[in-house]
Amino acid sequence: MKPQSSSSMNRRAFLKAGSLTVSSLVIGVNSAEAGTGLVNLSEQMAGKALVSLEVSPLVILENTGKIILMAHKPEIGQGTFQSMPLIVAEELEVSLDQVEIRQAMADKKFGNMGVGGSYSVRGEWANLRKAGAAAREMLTQAAAKTWNVPVDECYAKDGKIFHKPSGKSLPYGALTEIAKTIDVPKEPKLKDAKDFRLVGKPSKRPDIPAKVTGRAKFGIDAEVPGMLYASVERAPVMQATVKSFDDTATRKMPGVRHVLKAERKMYKNTFQGVAVLADSYWAALQGRRALKIDWDNGPHAAFNSTDITTRFKELAKTDGHVDTSKGNFDEAFAGAARKLEAEYELPFAAHAPMEPQNCLASVKGDTVEIWTSTQLPDDVQKETAKYLAIPPENVTVHVMFVGGGFGRRLFLDQVMEAVYLSKQVGRPVKVVWTREDDMAGGPFRPATYSLLRAGFDAANTPVAFQHKVVAPSINDTQFGSKDPAKRQDDGAMEGLKEAPYEIPNLTYNNIFADVPVPMGWWRAVYSATTCFAHESFVDEMAHAVGQDPLAFRLNLIGKNVRMKNLLRFLRDQSGWEKPLPAGWGKGVAFWQFFAGQAGHVVYVSKTDKGVKIEKIIAAVDCGTAVNPDNVRSQIEGGTVMGLTAALKSALTFDEGRARQTNFHDYQMLRLNETPPIEVHILPSSESPIGVGEPGLPPAAPALANAVFAATGKRIRKLPFDINDLG
Amino acid sequence: MAVISLIINGKKRTINTDPQMPLLWAVRDVVGLKGTKFGCGMAQCGACTVHLNGKPIRSCITPVSSVANKKITTIEGVGSETRLHPVQQAWIEEQVPQCGYCQSGQIMSAVALLKTNPDPTDAEIDQAMSGNICRCGTYNRVRKAIHRASDLLKETALTTK
Repeated sequence: MKPQSSSSMNRRAFLKAGSLTVSSLVIGVNSAEAGTGLVNLSEQMAGKALVSLEVSPLVILENTGKIILMAHKPEIGQGTFQSMPLIVAEELEVSLDQVEIRQAMADKKFGNMGVGGSYSVRGEWANLRKAGAAAREMLTQAAAKTWNVPVDECYAKDGKIFHKPSGKSLPYGALTEIAKTIDVPKEPKLKDAKDFRLVGKPSKRPDIPAKVTGRAKFGIDAEVPGMLYASVERAPVMQATVKSFDDTATRKMPGVRHVLKAERKMYKNTFQGVAVLADSYWAALQGRRALKIDWDNGPHAAFNSTDITTRFKELAKTDGHVDTSKGNFDEAFAGAARKLEAEYELPFAAHAPMEPQNCLASVKGDTVEIWTSTQLPDDVQKETAKYLAIPPENVTVHVMFVGGGFGRRLFLDQVMEAVYLSKQVGRPVKVVWTREDDMAGGPFRPATYSLLRAGFDAANTPVAFQHKVVAPSINDTQFGSKDPAKRQDDGAMEGLKEAPYEIPNLTYNNIFADVPVPMGWWRAVYSATTCFAHESFVDEMAHAVGQDPLAFRLNLIGKNVRMKNLLRFLRDQSGWEKPLPAGWGKGVAFWQFFAGQAGHVVYVSKTDKGVKIEKIIAAVDCGTAVNPDNVRSQIEGGTVMGLTAALKSALTFDEGRARQTNFHDYQMLRLNETPPIEVHILPSSESPIGVGEPGLPPAAPALANAVFAATGKRIRKLPFDINDLG
Repeated sequence: MAVISLIINGKKRTINTDPQMPLLWAVRDVVGLKGTKFGCGMAQCGACTVHLNGKPIRSCITPVSSVANKKITTIEGVGSETRLHPVQQAWIEEQVPQCGYCQSGQIMSAVALLKTNPDPTDAEIDQAMSGNICRCGTYNRVRKAIHRASDLLKETALTTK
């Protein structure tokens, strides 16, 4: 979710992706209770010393026969707990039930451990293959040495090295000691895609059995002896400060141990609160409710959504920063035979992962131990070290299963808060946020406002196109801007730049809106809103000239063959050209951005005052699909999150605070409201690209375009009521 | 504070606690069974679903004193990885979970549904499962898995006849 293009900080985070590290140290590995691999522990090793070969930090072979593959990325639901080891196992010629998958703790030897931007598989693909292939080559050479035969007579299969002429074999465990004397090859030979046994085939995720039995341990499940639970009363208004507080009633409550001012550092901002620490979470919560706090609400106490919308509309009249300019839009638009103009309004949103923010921290002198659900384990380590001015190696980070990220857990404030409190009281402290804390606390997905213009010539060919995006800057609210004249977030232009439509005179404007609330990367980031405006308006253009919206798009695509193929694939898989039942409408949208590319066709039927979604067909081009079933899961999930944002609640502000606080007023799509979703994966042998986010952006515009086709009602503001179009 | 006896997954547990403490926190933090999850604290999301005498309840709004000496079942009492309940089996076969956080609650709702209605229609699944939110969007797989679990239960019934 953290786009590569957003800031120098992000770029750095993504460019640091670890290269294959050569080492043969035995490392202290951590099972973190999350490891679920099925261990093949042959006990024939009794009486023999354990020999362990670390081919790379990700691949550890033991002479017991045990093969350990480290899952060095947090599992946030996206499937990396399987997909990363599976890629190694492919090259290592083992099946996943022959290995033990262990969740790695934060350690710089793993390089970039963060998960965001749908980046894990695409970023690690080459590195993981190399690690597995290097181990395979070392074992093959070890066998050749043992048998004193040429190495090219030996091959790896199913956890063993075979000698082709004689048919004899040795398991990897028996070769570990000799393999340890062989240098790790720097450029091992990778397998041909046609020989893949695991990659490209649907397979079962190893984290799922633990998740259906309640055994999987999430951050919120961590505990250590002697820990206190904390609940923090947070500033009701963003940036408010504590003037004073009265904890007389709180301190009298059973189980309450400490009441103290809390601080929560989220990148450049530090937020205040009052924390109640108690023997149980319930006691801490009750104590918190009895607090009387006098807040200084600061300069943003009047901040509200109505003013924001007015301001965004005014800003849309300005030109802001001209991000992209081709030909001469103004001239071409002025001279156009037919003109079209529309404005689109998209709201703020909360991430609302099912697991509320939490962190257990234990500060002891100049060391810290942390258990948390995070998307950035290595940043937790580094930022905590910086916060406490201690070396990073003094910070131990246990990476837990993550109950949903969606970008929220690219922020480390929940960790900083627990670390602060533990340091103050000298005991382990587990901070658990309420749903209200989580929902209303931010950071939020930025609201955006779009103004679009198109001009056609006399033959109805588009000759001019403009998209002005008015948007707050995630980077500005989180990191500040060095140059006050350049506060707009380049990320707001993501996807627009990749849009495959070729129109000779084209302008994209990035118009900065100053908003005093922390913004964050939400699943698909700016594309979650800008795609709606862009792909709805392209649909308006098609209808304006009486063309089929899908054919109109195909005609506008120039040299982007990959997107053209994706759209044709979507057309064919969705049955786009088949006649529709009476009262039905269909809509299409597709989008390419930093995370990858996908498209949707939505079919709706008219109801009394609204429409019903009959079915959704999604198509994705993710290059090589490592686990096609998991790719489908991710696209299904992205689609549901896109529909939720389109149909359920907006996050609004009034009197300086978020008005939605829990699932009663910030609603989620539910099972009974979810239409059938079919996912089709474009066959491809290209390197993998992202799947976590691409399923989200086109879902809402495809739906709105279908609504128009069925009813003639154009949706230009989200969310909308599908049962009553007004 | 009060001494309260709970019968959780067939085992009697006596705890000394605030009688108003929601069952959710008693189960998680006092008894130590972490499979039941906190999602909203106001019976909106279903992550905390457990069974009271076989019927699904939201443990986040249920005072622990109100269920003293009554039979509570949590996800840990449904089945283990070596003895999976057909619903858990179906959840694995359909690869339902993504992040997995809401799935204990989803499964508790599904187990309760199939107990009273072994062969539910889609409309009945809608009715029984609309109280459980999944932010990852696994709903279509939940629906498929319930139908599959229903088939698995029928097969089990046949083979044990």
